[in-house]
Amino acid sequence: MCLAIPGKILTREGQTGRVDFGGLIRQAALDLVPDAAIGDVVLVHAGFAIQKVDLSMEPEIAERLGVSC
Amino acid sequence: MLMKNSAGAVAALRRAPEFAREVLGDIRQLSERACRRTGRDTVQIMEVCGTHTMSFAQSGLRGLLPDTVRLLSGPGCPVCVTTAADVDRTVWLAHQPGVTLTTFGDMLKVPGSTGSLADASASGADVRVVYSPADALDLAAALPDREVVFLGVGFETTAPLVAATLLRACETGVRNFSVFPLFKLVPPALRAILAGRSHQNDGFVLPGHVSAIIGLAPYSFVADEFGVPGVIAGFEPFDLLEAVRLLLNLVTEEPARIAIQYTRGVPSGGNPAALRMLAESFDPCEAVWRAVGAIAESGLAFKKHLAEFDAARKFPGMPACDAPEPKGCLCGAILMGRALPADCRHFGTTCTPETAVGPCMVSSEGACAAAYKYGFTETSRWKKFGRPRKEATAP
Repeated sequence: MCLAIPGKILTREGQTGRVDFGGLIRQAALDLVPDAAIGDVVLVHAGFAIQKVDLSMEPEIAERLGVSC
Repeated sequence: MLMKNSAGAVAALRRAPEFAREVLGDIRQLSERACRRTGRDTVQIMEVCGTHTMSFAQSGLRGLLPDTVRLLSGPGCPVCVTTAADVDRTVWLAHQPGVTLTTFGDMLKVPGSTGSLADASASGADVRVVYSPADALDLAAALPDREVVFLGVGFETTAPLVAATLLRACETGVRNFSVFPLFKLVPPALRAILAGRSHQNDGFVLPGHVSAIIGLAPYSFVADEFGVPGVIAGFEPFDLLEAVRLLLNLVTEEPARIAIQYTRGVPSGGNPAALRMLAESFDPCEAVWRAVGAIAESGLAFKKHLAEFDAARKFPGMPACDAPEPKGCLCGAILMGRALPADCRHFGTTCTPETAVGPCMVSSEGACAAAYKYGFTETSRWKKFGRPRKEATAP
């Protein structure tokens, strides 16, 4: 149930943003990641980003997960 | 020490079969070393998270692990640990006049003593599946004449979302919205397992996304007080392979400690913004876990300033409900790591995903559902007689 999918923030307007999940773009709430900015990869659980993902050391994982960093 | 962490994960993607073979070799070697130390035939590892249970099964890793490693599924599926009595209360809420009950899809078919939310919907109640608590709030704004109730089931991963949604409700002045809080907390459940006399866990694979919120510190008692190590793991097959290898390293290490394999998603401090929101919205309270019983400080109750959003207060007269667990159902023992699904007399006969008796079969992430779907027939009789050793099969 605690499923969270990584996606890249495309836009941010206040507490919401559009997030790209490997081509599928959905709106997500960004209330819980106040410092996440456009271009950051976030884990999205039930419509809310819950954590920023650090893929800087793991570009191949980023590619596999369908996000580029 | 046989550990590569992120560099290993990258290698996994570059040459997955070779990486898997290498890690499985390490796992076999390390588990045999751990067995020699403990004098037992197996190292028992409990994966606490339902998503891990499914990932181990779906990826085939469960079958690839050597016989010296035994995986147990813990109480890590919020659907499985919601009591029949709480389901009955939710069904009661759904039948209140003017109520639209919103829930994650996972909860729809969970049986209470008088039926499930799906049954309530079939008999005329307005039950709707939502993807997010924010969608439930939007629905309340769109239906000002209805009372929209969101069924708050989940662990630390989900509770902050509800806190954030309530904050939005306060800001936007939506008052026809409430939440029935049935949240559960993972660390108190781990304490209950460890405090049980019969536990035989040598280590824990800890939930990645609960930890993305709470970080590492809330688990430190597992190692410090009980001497059991744990690894916070990601959900990809290579994450799980690495996590098991790292955990087996820790099993033979002194003193025990908690480590993070899922470093890309779990900073050791968790998510401070979410933790702050949790602390501002909820107080820990006693909660009853299905088939396990009451565990102190393992639930979340709304703080006073949010009491108006508590569905239990908004709808007075909620029945006490004291639904007994189904006879012969072993879900409680399975959730605590004391039994395996195939030990249960209902498993695969009277209890299947279509006709689930207990919560571990009804939830798609339950231990019994995974065992049924992927054909695990292992019983814990091995515990008594010892498991036969055989050559591990390389992928």
